[in-house]
Parts: sequence; C-alpha cells; structure tokens
Amino acid sequence: MSTPSHDRPADRNPAREGPATNAGPDGGRRTATRRMTRKSRRLWLTLTCLICFSAATALVLNAFSSSIVFFMAPSQILARPPVPDRVIRLGGMVVAGSLRRTVEDNVPVNVFDVTDGQAAVTVRFSGILPDLFREGQSVVALGTFRPGHPFAATEVLAKHDETYMPREVAEALKRSGKWDPRFGKPPSAGSWDSMTRNEAREMTGRSAQ
Amino acid sequence: MALPGAEEGHYALALACVLALAQGVLPLWGAARRRRTLLELAPALCFAQLAALLLSFACLVISAVRDDFSVENVAANSALSKPLLYKITGVWGNHEGSILLWCLILAICGGAVAWFGRGLPLVLKARVLAILGAVSTGFQLFCLLTSDPFARVWPAPADGQGMNPLLQDPGLAFHPPVLYTGYVGFAVPFAFAVAALIEGRVDAAWGRWVRPWAVTAWCFLTLGIAMGSWWSYYVLGWGGYWFWDPVENASLIPWLTGTALVHSAIVVEKRDALRIWTVLLAIATFSFSLSGTFLVRSGILNSVHAFANDPARGLFILLLLALVIGGSLLLFAWRAPSLVSGGIFAPLSREGGLVLNNILLCALCAVVVTGTMYPPFMQILTGRTLSVGKPFFDATTIPLALPLMAAMAAGVLLPWKRGQMRPLLRRLRPAAALAFLGLIGGLATCTGIIPALCAAFAIWVIAGSVTDLALRLGLGRGHGMLKQRLPHLPRAVWGSAIAHIGAGVTVLGLTGMSQAQHRIVELGIGQSVHQGALDWTLTAIRQEKGPNYRATLADLTVSRNGREIAIMHPSRRDFTAQHQVTTDVAIRTNLLRDLYAALGESHGEGKAARHVLRLHVNPLAPWIWLGGVIMALGGALSLSDRRHRFGAPRKPGGQGAGRIARSPSGTADGTGRDPEGVAS
Repeated sequence: MSTPSHDRPADRNPAREGPATNAGPDGGRRTATRRMTRKSRRLWLTLTCLICFSAATALVLNAFSSSIVFFMAPSQILARPPVPDRVIRLGGMVVAGSLRRTVEDNVPVNVFDVTDGQAAVTVRFSGILPDLFREGQSVVALGTFRPGHPFAATEVLAKHDETYMPREVAEALKRSGKWDPRFGKPPSAGSWDSMTRNEAREMTGRSAQ
Repeated sequence: MALPGAEEGHYALALACVLALAQGVLPLWGAARRRRTLLELAPALCFAQLAALLLSFACLVISAVRDDFSVENVAANSALSKPLLYKITGVWGNHEGSILLWCLILAICGGAVAWFGRGLPLVLKARVLAILGAVSTGFQLFCLLTSDPFARVWPAPADGQGMNPLLQDPGLAFHPPVLYTGYVGFAVPFAFAVAALIEGRVDAAWGRWVRPWAVTAWCFLTLGIAMGSWWSYYVLGWGGYWFWDPVENASLIPWLTGTALVHSAIVVEKRDALRIWTVLLAIATFSFSLSGTFLVRSGILNSVHAFANDPARGLFILLLLALVIGGSLLLFAWRAPSLVSGGIFAPLSREGGLVLNNILLCALCAVVVTGTMYPPFMQILTGRTLSVGKPFFDATTIPLALPLMAAMAAGVLLPWKRGQMRPLLRRLRPAAALAFLGLIGGLATCTGIIPALCAAFAIWVIAGSVTDLALRLGLGRGHGMLKQRLPHLPRAVWGSAIAHIGAGVTVLGLTGMSQAQHRIVELGIGQSVHQGALDWTLTAIRQEKGPNYRATLADLTVSRNGREIAIMHPSRRDFTAQHQVTTDVAIRTNLLRDLYAALGESHGEGKAARHVLRLHVNPLAPWIWLGGVIMALGGALSLSDRRHRFGAPRKPGGQGAGRIARSPSGTADGTGRDPEGVAS
C-alpha cells in the first residue's frame, strides 16, 4: 500500500483532495513519474465515472422522449386526440351494460365503454380481461387511439380491489368535477351512467338549440 | 392458563419501545462519557427489547389464530373460513402487521449483532446497538401511534372480512418476511457506518466486520426479490415476472446499491481503500430500503394525492425518514472529510474492476430511481399524469447492464494491486470463445440483436467465473495439484464464483423469457389449437370445491406431433367471501422451457360453452429464479468462510492487527479499539 490517496470513485469535490493526497508515510518520497501515474490513475477514475454517468443520463433522456406514457381521461382524449401510434393510458369507469364480447379467429375480443362522467370512449381489447374487471368499476387501458375508431387497448389493468381506485382515475374524475374524494366514496356505477347520459343529453340539447 | 391476547401484545410493544429508547440513548451516552457499565448494558437492553417484541408478535399471531375479531386488524384481514396457515401468515399481510414484523426483524438483527459480535470492540458494538435501538424506537413509535396492530373494534363482528385471495398463496406467505429481512438487514451495515462516522475511524477491520452483515442482508434481499417475481409469474396469470412498478423497483434499488456495497466492502477489507465510499453506500442502501418499504408499500405516495387515508401516518413516516436519512447524511457530510483515505490503485486490477462494478451499479440504480420517481414528481410539478414502463427500463438498463457483465468476467480474473493486459486476455480466451458461440446461437434462435448479446454476455460471465475457479484449482496441471488445492480453496472464492454464475443464469433466463410466445384463444371442449410447435387440446371442464372457494378446472392436453407430453389443469377460483375470482395458473416445466396456461372466463351454456385460455411457451423461464437462488447460495457459502465469521478477531494482537498494521494511516491498529481505554 505504497500509494495512498483519496478513495472515492466519484470525487467531484477537489477541496477534499488536499489532505488525502498528502497523507501517508511515503508522501515525501514520491518521484515525478510516480506522481504522473497517480494523476493518470485519478484521471482514469474520473473519466470512467463521467462516461458512465453521462451515458446513463443520455439513455434516460432518450428513453423519456420515446417511452413516456401519458394518462388521459375520455373527455381529454376526445377533445384533444393524441398522435396516432402514441401509446397512452386511458382511465375511467366502465359503463355498466356496455361490455360486449365476440370471438374473432379463436381470439376473444372485448368491447366496452369508459367514462369520466363527461364523455365516453369505446375501448377494444382482445385478450383476457383481468379478474377484477367489472362493469361500473374503474379501469386503466393501455393502447393507441385514432379519432373515429375505438381505443385499441393492448393491456387492461384493473388489479385493485373493489374499494380502491387507481390514483390517476380518481384525479381525472375529480378534475371532471363529478366527484371529490374529500366528500366520501365515489358514486355508484349507475349514477355514472346517468351522469354521462345527462351530459350527452345536455350537449345534444344545446347543439339542437 | 389463558393465552396472552391483544392487550398483553400492546403492552409488550410499548415496553419494547421504551427498551429500544434506552438502547438508543444509554450506550451513546456511555461512549461519550466513557462509562463502561452503560456500554455493557447495550446487549442486555437489545435482548430485552427482542424478547418484548417477540411476545408482542406472538400475541398478534395468537389473536389471529383464535379468531379474536375484537381486534380490528384481525377482523379486517381474517375470517373463520381461512386456512390456519393463512391465518398465521395473514398477520403480516397487511399494513399494521407488516410494520410490527418489520420492527421484530430489526430487533432480531440487533440481537444477532449482540450475540455474534462478541468479539467486537466494546465501544463500537455499543454504538452500533445504540443506532439500531434509535431506529427501532422511531418505527415502534410509528407502530404504536399511527398503525396500532392491536386496536380494538366494538362491537366485535361475528366473522372477519377475509384476506385478499391473491395473497392466499404459500409463495407469498413467506415472501414478506424474507424480503423484509433483506431490507432490515441493511440496517446493520448502516449502524456500523454511522458508528464509524461518530468514531471517526474506518479501516480494514471495519470492512471485515461489516461485510458478513451486508452479505447476509443481500442474500435475503436477493431471495425475497426472486420469490416476489416468481409469485407474480405464477399467481397473477399474466405470464410476466417483473412489471417495473414502484413496489418492485423499491426492492430493486436497494439491491443494486447493496450489491455495490458487498463488493466495495471487499476493497475496504483487502486493500483499505474506498472507505468513505463504502460508508456512503451503507447509508444509501438502508435509506433506499427505508424509503422503499415505507413510501411505497404503505401507500403514502398514493395517499399524498387522492387517498389521504391517514395524513398523520404520512407525516410521521416522512418525519422519520427525514430524521434517519437526513441525519445520517448530515453526519456523513460533517465527518467524512476527516476520515483518512486509503490507497489508490491501477485501473487494471481486481480493485479497479470492483470500482467499475460500483460505478455501473450506481448508474443503474440512478436510472431506476429516475424512472420510478419521475412520474410522481412530474405529477406534483405539472399536474399531468404520466407513467414509464417496460420500454423505458429496457432502453436504459440493458445498455448499462451489458458493460457490467463484461467487467464481471474480467474482474474476477484480475489479480489485486496490478494486473497486466496480456495474461488477462489469455485467461479470458475460453470465455470469449464460448461467448462468441453463445452470440451465434443467440442470433440463430432469438429475434433481434439485443437478446443475442445478452445471452453472449451471460455465458461470458459464467465462463469467466468457471475459468477463475479452474485456475485457482490448477485444473489441467495434474491430479496432484487439484488434490492439493481443492481442500484449501477458501469458501469465499467458491461463494463469489457461484454468485456470479447465478447472475449469469438469471440473465440467460431473462433473455429466454424475452423470446416467450403467447396466445389467447377461446376454445370449446374437444377443440385444439397449435401454438409454439405444440397442439393444445381442451378436453374437459370440471367444477371442484375448495376450503373457502369454488374452482373451475380445465383439462388441457398438450401434445407434440400427436404424442401427448403433458396434461395441465389451469383453473379459476371463486372466493365467495370476497366475491373475488383468482386465476390459478398451470405450469409444466422441463427446466428448459415452461408451458404456462391460464383459464379465463367461460361464455355460453352446455355444449356450446367456450372457454378463454391464455397459452404461453416461455423458454428458460425457471432460470430467472434459479439464478436468484444460486446467487443467494453463493452469498451464504461465502458467509460460511472461516475468515468471514461474524464478529472480529478474538485476539486484538493476532492476525487481524498484523493485516491492519500495513495500512498507511497508522491509526488503524486493532489495539486502538481496546475497551480498556474507555474504562479508565
């Protein structure tokens, strides 16, 4: 152990290097070449750290720009449709009585409506719905949307229990002004549907006038 | 004689809290005031606290087993119809019970330090126990004040509400204790780090004392993560093993820093370098464990927003985390500059490899932390809800994991202090050849270049570790050499080689799993479908009755070219008490690939009934968890090495001091820790 020095791989604080480099019994006996290697060794450490962490940063930024998934409520998705092929999470309550199942080429296809109390979007999902999927309960669907077509879901999540609602769905409902968690439990499934229908009636009524 | 119940348990918990407070205060005071009696009190207080907590936990188990529904926790999570095993394991299947288990494991860790650390210097041991006691006090207060597992409910209901059926599984029953032992186990290296900061001294002996504790915690955490991943694979029925959700990431983050800690502690022990860094890693690992368990698992990240189920709980936990993490980091910032640092080293050496391992593991950890914390952060800042998932983590972790694996094989083949490129390349030749074959094989069988690269690097890691063992055993240099060396090869060498092989096996499993095929079909009885070169035929659907559920079973015949190779029975269970349906997956494995079938819903009646099935062929899937078990076994084997027994050299002037005397700082001599200096 003839070459004492500081010991952190990531030493970004040059102020601490002073006492560290001078410590040790052989501090004064070091030759110029020795010091060069010490310097180059520290350079090697710093460079490795720098390369690794800038690589990590680059990877993170690159991945963020391509793979972040935004959450949208049905009214948002209809008002401002996302870029086609961009994966988004759609969340809301499953409209009671809206689930239809068909089989295409031996593959089960589920079609159901999701509402946030303001608007409803039809979701199409081929696969097994999760065990906790229920009409009138909250759901999150992962997939892409093109206006005029049903939301093409690749994954449907309803993994929480009956009393729990995904946070993002709760937020969306709160924003839509239909429910505030401070005022108790979410309204029952039936009232969601009537809200959606009333809203729709109002909208059509307004446009008719 | 009446068995103790909830009130006794509550009392015992309060008693344990007071004892923990005493354990946290008195020895530190004794160390500052140089009172030997107070220092010697620490282990006794530790054992007393452990006994009180054991009693408290036993009381909760007794309440659950005896169906005492006047205890709110039992009423909310148990039911008369629940099988006995799940009545016991259900104790830690909920928030309150799991916090109590957490405290109990922390006390057990303290007890283990007091028991096995008999050779530790008196002051250091007292300080370590005091810090463990202080952490215990905080969390037992949390348990008592905000999440009391013994709270009563009046009037007592006739039957409980029952447990989430998804949790009624033997795999999950034992997953939390193992995982928690991993999390909490890192409290011991943390306590050692803080004690060393208070003492102002970190040396090779410190490294030798910390390492076994770090390795133990690491083994448990590895096993815990593997069990959790296995559970989600065979219980959730989605065919996935890792979903990158915050709860899973919360266990992966301390695992990454813990792995770095296990490696950097070797450098402290062998080369007396990386000392400040190792102290920081020990603090960081426990901090991540704490934030992981408490922020994510108790739903506080959720409750900050829409579901503030109990604001006091959230505030308490944030304060506690700030106190433990902030306090230790402040202490670090204050004391670390005064720690004299050790040697610097050549890039091409064993310690150079270990440093590279640390840098890459920390970069990986930073990436996972970013991916986990960015969505909630952005929600607070901008109000937009977003999420990052598998695509993000695939794109960021794989490019960092590949160089890590590349360094793994080279690192184990390098000597300490100074290595040379030419001998290293010569030693790596067999591994490179095998990895190249793996790459070709991967390109031929996998879709895409990344899985092929992963497979090649996994083989590279395994081959590198085997080469290391072969070189050390002198294989190929005659039978006599092997006979001479085999009994003397330290178990730590075997352990690290086996752990590295385990890592390679896991990566091979992950690679294989990335090539999994799955298909969802809807079949009538007697119909069949072709999937993954196999014919799957649905032969029958039956109904069965379990202890607290009704099951629908399918008979699924799998055949290849008309030859029957398996009959599988995927089923669905309807738990009547909770109105909940779970999927019971059927898995048939031959260790090289899993056949995996899940039964979905049924539509139609009688002969026209059709049943949804999810069919997977998962190559190498079992290797993922097998690798985890091998890694933990490797860690356990290296723990059993004579040189790494818990505690310290028995004789301060013995071999230990001889090793430390070489350290340049000159302060790190074993006798400096002599308790006699304190007593006078």
